[in-house]
Amino acid sequence: MSRDMIEQKNSIILTEDLTKVYGMDASEVRALVGVSLRIAENEFVAVMGPSGSGKSTLMNILGCLDRPTSGSYYLAGEDVSGLNKTQLAVIRNRQIGFVFQSYNLLANTSALENVMLPLLYTRDDGFSDSRQKELALGALDAVGLSDRVDHKPQELSGGQMQRVAIARALVNDPVLLLADEPTGNLDTKSGQEIMELLRKLHSEGSTIVMVTHDDEIAAFAQRIIRFRDGRIETDHQNGAFNPVNSKMEIFDEN
Amino acid sequence: MRINKVIQISWKGLLKNKMRSLLTMLGVIIGVAAVIVMIAISAGTEATIEEQISTLGTNLIFVSANFSRGGFGRGPDPGGSTGLVYDDADAIADQVEGVTGVVVEMPGVEPVKSDGVVIEDVSLLGTTPDFPSVRDMQVSTGRYFNEAELERKQKVVALGASLAEELFGDQPPVGQTITVGSTKLTVIGVFSEKGLVGGADYDMRLYMPITVVFQKFTPSFFARVRGDRVNLIYVELDSSIPMEDIILQIELLLARRHEVSLDEPDFVITTQQDIIQTQEATTEAFRNLLAWVAAVSLIVGGIGIMNIMLVSVTERTREIGIRQSVGASPNDIRMQFLMEALLLSLAGGLIGVVAGVGGAYLFGELGGMRTVVVPASILIAFSSAALVGIFFGYYPANKAAQLDPIEALRHE
Repeated sequence: MSRDMIEQKNSIILTEDLTKVYGMDASEVRALVGVSLRIAENEFVAVMGPSGSGKSTLMNILGCLDRPTSGSYYLAGEDVSGLNKTQLAVIRNRQIGFVFQSYNLLANTSALENVMLPLLYTRDDGFSDSRQKELALGALDAVGLSDRVDHKPQELSGGQMQRVAIARALVNDPVLLLADEPTGNLDTKSGQEIMELLRKLHSEGSTIVMVTHDDEIAAFAQRIIRFRDGRIETDHQNGAFNPVNSKMEIFDEN
Repeated sequence: MRINKVIQISWKGLLKNKMRSLLTMLGVIIGVAAVIVMIAISAGTEATIEEQISTLGTNLIFVSANFSRGGFGRGPDPGGSTGLVYDDADAIADQVEGVTGVVVEMPGVEPVKSDGVVIEDVSLLGTTPDFPSVRDMQVSTGRYFNEAELERKQKVVALGASLAEELFGDQPPVGQTITVGSTKLTVIGVFSEKGLVGGADYDMRLYMPITVVFQKFTPSFFARVRGDRVNLIYVELDSSIPMEDIILQIELLLARRHEVSLDEPDFVITTQQDIIQTQEATTEAFRNLLAWVAAVSLIVGGIGIMNIMLVSVTERTREIGIRQSVGASPNDIRMQFLMEALLLSLAGGLIGVVAGVGGAYLFGELGGMRTVVVPASILIAFSSAALVGIFFGYYPANKAAQLDPIEALRHE
């Protein structure tokens, strides 16, 4: 898929000159310095970079957990850089699905209830109880956990917990799936399975942005963006990307 | 978020820490229960007082001496009031229109002996023959003394029910002789049980002609120039004549007899209305005290709730972050924790109501105290508990709502 083709598609993410500054004056830390980025629908992007490079800050802003100090951010065509906390909560609820390194499931709560959590906060009365359950069961089925619906997180393996987290991220049918080191806490085999799942979701039309520091994991992505000192260092297509073949290939830096 | 979902989430949150939730509620439980029990006791006391007053009869007034008049070095009579005398009562009976009965009382305390039984410090009351009817006392066996016996200073006595039993047990007391102080008196009657009236046990008393009391049981210095001193004059009024008119007549009569001005009388006339008002003032003071006790215990309970909610918010920071990341707004989070505080206080209130009503019942049954559970007290206690929950729950809930999602997710 060529760059021209991508740019012809609708942008899911469009940032212009995004900056984020923490602290004031002398202790000021510039986490992001003028990041302009465009990610199109159905792209699978890996964001890489050393710690402190600004990739986490970018993810927080892309995920509407944080607001940029300056610059603009359009999510699916909507300017979200000036929204208040409540409006951002609505965007997170409707447009974004998060997958975290540490799963972030509610303890003592069944897989089904964990997956239903975003639906609970859907405004305008959302879905009926039976429809919520239906959607959640559908999402669990999509991640291959139909047989673990009533299990609590402590009764599941790491890979299974991350699948529940992915089901939760998908349940509201978001325009953007954000994954922050999704395999960071998993063994190689479970990590592979999670990446296969993300690849499958991508092939079904999902737009995925994933932070990783692992080249092997990044190799699953279509496009790789490297950050350094709050700026985009490199941004290029992954030549090794293979949407069909599940065999892993090492990404070539060049 | 729909309210039933909020309640559901909050309820689950509380159930995860059952023991802690229960302990947190304890302050509210005690506060609410205390309010209900104490109001029940106060209402019971009030009801008892009202019943006693109604047994006295509402058309009764009391005339007593005002010893506070005068004082040091005052006027021609530095000793203050000479008090009321027996002749005052006679004068009221004879000269005041609308008086249907007059009874005088002169109390004393003497040891009493019967055949083999000695009781120290028995209250005795010298009265007049109208006493049983004016004070609504029933003679169960025998009779009360009459006008002739009063004038002849007959040494006869009627006994309160308990006293008769202590002195004579199963033996019939009428016709027996008892020794009061050093005077022998013949028992002519026994009263039915009357109980406590204004703190005095009417069943442990002796009742005898006041003339006998003047002669045998009053220290001589009490007998003043104007006659035999009495403690209290009961005047029964004709209810068809305005009470104020009769009282004014009595005041004029006594002022003339005592040679005092009406502005500075040496006597006090008390009506049932006055007594009720005094009782009401006392009850109100008691109620105010209760209100403070209740307020303090509810505030303490509220602080307990606030404390635990703050701990809970800190402990569950991660959970809050997760909820925020999937789309919970600050208001959703605030509502969740506010609802937890409200549920805590309402559950505490509910348990407190049950404990309070049960406690009031136990006080009544085992403590021998009369208690009346006032429905309004349940409502007030319960709604105060709810208010406490909202008031003290707001700060922690707001703190939770203001958490930064990124910080919250990072929290271990």
